[in-house]
Amino acid sequence: MVEITIRKRPAEEELHAQRKFFRKTRRGRVIKVLRERYLRTDIGCGVAHCTLCSHLPAPDQQPALPRTGTPHAHFPAGHHLLPDTNAFLHQMDLFEHPDFAASVIVLQTVVEEVRHRSLPLWNRLKNLVRNGGEQGAEGAGGAWVFWNEFREETAVVREEGEGPNDLNDRAIRNAASWYNAHVASSFPARASVRAPTVVLLTDDAASLSLASKAQIPAMSVRAYVAGLPHAQDLGDVLAAYASTSRGEAEEGQGAGQSGRGRGGGRKALYDEYWPAGTVEAGVKSGRLFQGFFNPSQYNYLEGFVNSQALGRPILVIGRADLNRAVSGDIVAVELYPESQWKAPGDEVVDQEQTLANDDASGSEDEAAETERRVALRELRDARDTARRHPLERHPTGRVVGVVKRNWRAYVCHLDAASLASSARTAQAQQTVFATPVAANLPRIRLRTRQAPQLVGQKIVVSIDRWDVTSRYPEGHFVRALGKAESKEAEQESLLLEYEVPYRAFGRAILDCLPKEGEDWVVPPKEAGSVVWRDREDLRDTIICSIDPPGCQDIDDALHAFPLPNGNIQAGVHIADVSHFVLPENAMDSEAAARGTTVYLVDKRIDMLPSLLGTNLCSLRPFVERLAFSVIWELTPDAKIVNVRFTKSVIASKAAFTYKEAQTRKDDLKQKDPLTESIRLLNSLAQKLRAGRMAAGALNLASPEVRIQMESPESSDPIDVEQKELLETNSLVEEFMLLANISVAAKIQETFPQTAVLRRHMPPPASNFEMLQDVLMKRKSMSLDISSSGALAASLDKCVDSAEPSFNILVRIMATRCMRPAEYFCAGSVSRETFGHYGLASPIYTHFTSPIRRYADVLVHRQLAAAIDYTPLHASLHSRQHMERILNVVNRRHRMAQMASRASIEFYVALSLKGRAEREGGGVREKAFIIRAFRNGVAVFVSKLGLEGLVTFKREISFDPEVYSVKVPSPTGEQVALSVFDEVDVEISVEKDVNTQRGKVKMVLVHPIDSRSL
Amino acid sequence: MSEMEEIVGSPFLNKLSGPESRFEPLNSGNLRSDGRRPLELRSFEAELTTHPSADGSASVSHGLTQVTACVYGPREAKNRGLTMHDRALVNVEVSVAPWAGEMRRLRSRGDKRTLEFAASIKSTFEPVIQTTLYARSEIDIHIHVLQLDGGLLQASINATTLALVDAGVPMLDYVSSLSAGLYHTTAMLDLTSVEESDLPSVTVAVLPRSGKVTLVSMETRLHVDRFEEMFKLAMEGGKVLRGEMDRVVRERTAALARQMEGGVALKEDDKMDTDL
Repeated sequence: MVEITIRKRPAEEELHAQRKFFRKTRRGRVIKVLRERYLRTDIGCGVAHCTLCSHLPAPDQQPALPRTGTPHAHFPAGHHLLPDTNAFLHQMDLFEHPDFAASVIVLQTVVEEVRHRSLPLWNRLKNLVRNGGEQGAEGAGGAWVFWNEFREETAVVREEGEGPNDLNDRAIRNAASWYNAHVASSFPARASVRAPTVVLLTDDAASLSLASKAQIPAMSVRAYVAGLPHAQDLGDVLAAYASTSRGEAEEGQGAGQSGRGRGGGRKALYDEYWPAGTVEAGVKSGRLFQGFFNPSQYNYLEGFVNSQALGRPILVIGRADLNRAVSGDIVAVELYPESQWKAPGDEVVDQEQTLANDDASGSEDEAAETERRVALRELRDARDTARRHPLERHPTGRVVGVVKRNWRAYVCHLDAASLASSARTAQAQQTVFATPVAANLPRIRLRTRQAPQLVGQKIVVSIDRWDVTSRYPEGHFVRALGKAESKEAEQESLLLEYEVPYRAFGRAILDCLPKEGEDWVVPPKEAGSVVWRDREDLRDTIICSIDPPGCQDIDDALHAFPLPNGNIQAGVHIADVSHFVLPENAMDSEAAARGTTVYLVDKRIDMLPSLLGTNLCSLRPFVERLAFSVIWELTPDAKIVNVRFTKSVIASKAAFTYKEAQTRKDDLKQKDPLTESIRLLNSLAQKLRAGRMAAGALNLASPEVRIQMESPESSDPIDVEQKELLETNSLVEEFMLLANISVAAKIQETFPQTAVLRRHMPPPASNFEMLQDVLMKRKSMSLDISSSGALAASLDKCVDSAEPSFNILVRIMATRCMRPAEYFCAGSVSRETFGHYGLASPIYTHFTSPIRRYADVLVHRQLAAAIDYTPLHASLHSRQHMERILNVVNRRHRMAQMASRASIEFYVALSLKGRAEREGGGVREKAFIIRAFRNGVAVFVSKLGLEGLVTFKREISFDPEVYSVKVPSPTGEQVALSVFDEVDVEISVEKDVNTQRGKVKMVLVHPIDSRSL
Repeated sequence: MSEMEEIVGSPFLNKLSGPESRFEPLNSGNLRSDGRRPLELRSFEAELTTHPSADGSASVSHGLTQVTACVYGPREAKNRGLTMHDRALVNVEVSVAPWAGEMRRLRSRGDKRTLEFAASIKSTFEPVIQTTLYARSEIDIHIHVLQLDGGLLQASINATTLALVDAGVPMLDYVSSLSAGLYHTTAMLDLTSVEESDLPSVTVAVLPRSGKVTLVSMETRLHVDRFEEMFKLAMEGGKVLRGEMDRVVRERTAALARQMEGGVALKEDDKMDTDL
């Protein structure tokens, strides 16, 4: 039995042990909060082989700091670094830099303050500590959390009149001074090795002077970094914060630093944000609206704020009204009176063209003049674009406050034009612009010494702040990814841009794998074997798998055979991932954080270590593998007689590609049982599909293309082709759907609160308004969106005999009107909203791909518990816990989709470039117009799955009523270009001279040549 | 229901436990929010005969939770109608001081939550007190909650046990009580009010010598698989507490014995009443 003790508190400790404060609730009532604290002596300092701490109990934690510290120019005996809160809040990139190798002491006070101020930074700090622990074991750097507020000597008590910030600073200084004494006394006095110094890292001037008074070694960040090895590289990573005192820095968050700081006497370009309290009160009273800020895709001076309270997106137009909001921020918006509401613009406004000749250092008169001109033009643009027929007016407002910044690191290109011409080669520090790859972000101003080297590279940049006096946000350089357009740099930038975690799996995670590694096999069947307990032996069943060519992670296999009673037994066998991935271990948490495997064109970022994904859990042919099976008895009409779920051991008899399976099925000479079972499955699948379609399932299209590689090694794309769909694709799909639906019903029945399900909400009618209107006006067709069945039927009728691909285009556009499907916890929403709109199924989940989706792993665990195979792990009983996990998984899923789409786009562009070189000149393709603007049209090339913009420089007439533009042709007559018209475009890939960013450019060649326009 | 939230904190009602909650019941250093390890109890202090006017009284504190219990009787029943011919009647009354909780509030005598609470204490002690020795009489237990920081039920039960001992009422054994909670898969003992509002918890009262359980109270949901571990730990913790209570009783008795023997050999710091 474990030891249970009573923590005795000496009477004299009373004062240290209690914290008492009063808090006022929102309703104005006063709450007395009284907390106690037990001070301990058994909290370790984290230094390896510390003679004073070695006896302390450290539950599964090894000391992470090297005994002699790490080198620094100012401290010949080595040092440990003890940063304060602001150091982490502002300079996290420094600590994460691969060349940064100091041993870092992270105080509890600091961790809690960071957590209070910013959850993302807190997560990064946690990662830092975790990785630091691993590093420290290998002798370099390392990081250690010291629980200073629970250690007797370092705990502090608030003094009369002391603010929380001062208290925290004092706690940090106290800990620093204790650490110095502690480390010094752990070294024998006459030893040849001197004890390392513990250095307090702070940019706070007051704290620095107090520290020097108390004789604590302390340094500012910049001075400290200058003494490190690799100071040159690390210096660039430092954020643009000047040395400010604590109060000022905080004010900067809320009210903005009006005219102070480095802006000097410069004119304010933006309105100050309202004080945080006013904003909060405004949102609560309903006067302000709060929501995520989404910039428009086509116009950088326009954006929407999706407010839950208003139920409609709020339009924000113009630089002043956008007021420094960046994509993803949660902002507070004040609405204008209804008479000033506007319509979203119908013009394409490109930031780069508008602001091409802006100057980065931006303080000279010339720049001011430019700014004034730009401001005028922008104002005109915004006003013009808003002049539109009144029906489409949106609630319009302006940003008055930022509730939460969601700034992250952005992948950028350096703007070569912003480099000072005299300093193109010099090592001097200069101010330059970085243009983010994502089009709807503002460019970022940053200071760097490496500017000349960074031109033409992809770099990662963080935003530090955005003052009212500065047109652009200020940021700092984090690291370089490599030459633009090199595959490695592009790949990594994609992963960063979509926040895909792509680090290699750590040792703790790999330790969770079976010890046997590659040699793991299903143990022989014998009584008492743990693996075989309650497992059905399906090794003799004729099972095969059908997958795309080159598939390594085979997670599903199928079988079917006729039963004596005339019915058919069909089975779906899914890799038993939950046998290997146990709840709440390191591998499980990593998989939960990754959420899904991400497929890029030339790379796969696994959710689980590849030993599992491509070997132990891959249902390869001719080897015994553990599986989770769903076995139905179906009538020949594919009606379910009964279904059962069981863990099993299978040995697949073949692994087909879709094409192989198709050929085999179609070859009537083949009469072997394997082929027969494919035929049987296929006939069932057809009936299942027919049944599903009758129930109103949608057949939506998305522009799926496949990149054709010349050879697997060269990875140079030679062509793009659309994915071919065979009967066997649909065979596998139908059975997976059937399995998912059967499993969903089962787990929902057993765990009505926590079952992991997937749903697809019906789209709101307003999403379809525009598409319906265009279809009606251009093609006199109508869409009935009353139900998924009606929509499916009316989509089928949208056929233009002259343009066969028109139907696919409409389907693609309809798909864009849909809401995304999402995972949810059965107990979190009402029963009526469980349905999957697209599949027309009342209940649905994901069960069939546990190797690459984390939700499936959860479902596996729940199903195993539902059939009494294993008890359900405690964490899977908590709905809140499940909701948290599913939120992450949903987000990762969305990001993964966008990442793979972006990866395909990059390769499409590459292949276009190749084709253009081979064919000489641009590539001509057929395209459809999908949207008309006042100064251009958006077109969609279905063959390449590529969307592009064609803009006209010359004045053209635009008729928003009928979604059409009239362009004067060289011969004088007007050529009408309307939505859904088929045109020919020439596509080329063009490099931006300044940023070296590859850009797909399209021009019309038929019916009119837009190059002259 | 609002009382319920305030006194013991139910996770169904509590806003803190949402996904936005930043409270960390157990940090990565295996320390709880007040610096304890999972299986450490809060500082436990007990004093006997705090109210000399009562037949027996005790004051108990678990950390910042402080409860006083007074026992009157066995005595003749005030209400003849309720007396039982074969055993004594046990009455429990609970009052919570207005300043005890986070918010100042006055509770009426008919407060549902307090009545329920009194009833569970009554049923905890009825089988333990040897009521058959005192037919047609009654034993009144008055519990005063002075300060609240979680673990109200355990503190009340422990205080009552000591008060009964102090009053000399014969019992089968000490009744010692302890709360336990669960964070993910780690069981923790003796929860504070913050922890109580965030974690599923159970309060157990045991007779440590026989290992019999007289009360299990759980107002949150928990999977049955996890229950056993928590339950066992709470019982083990109860035994530790019993040792502590026993020590207090023995010290007190020894002091009394010294006074009776020596009469004047009263130590200065033994601030006790000699008239017992």
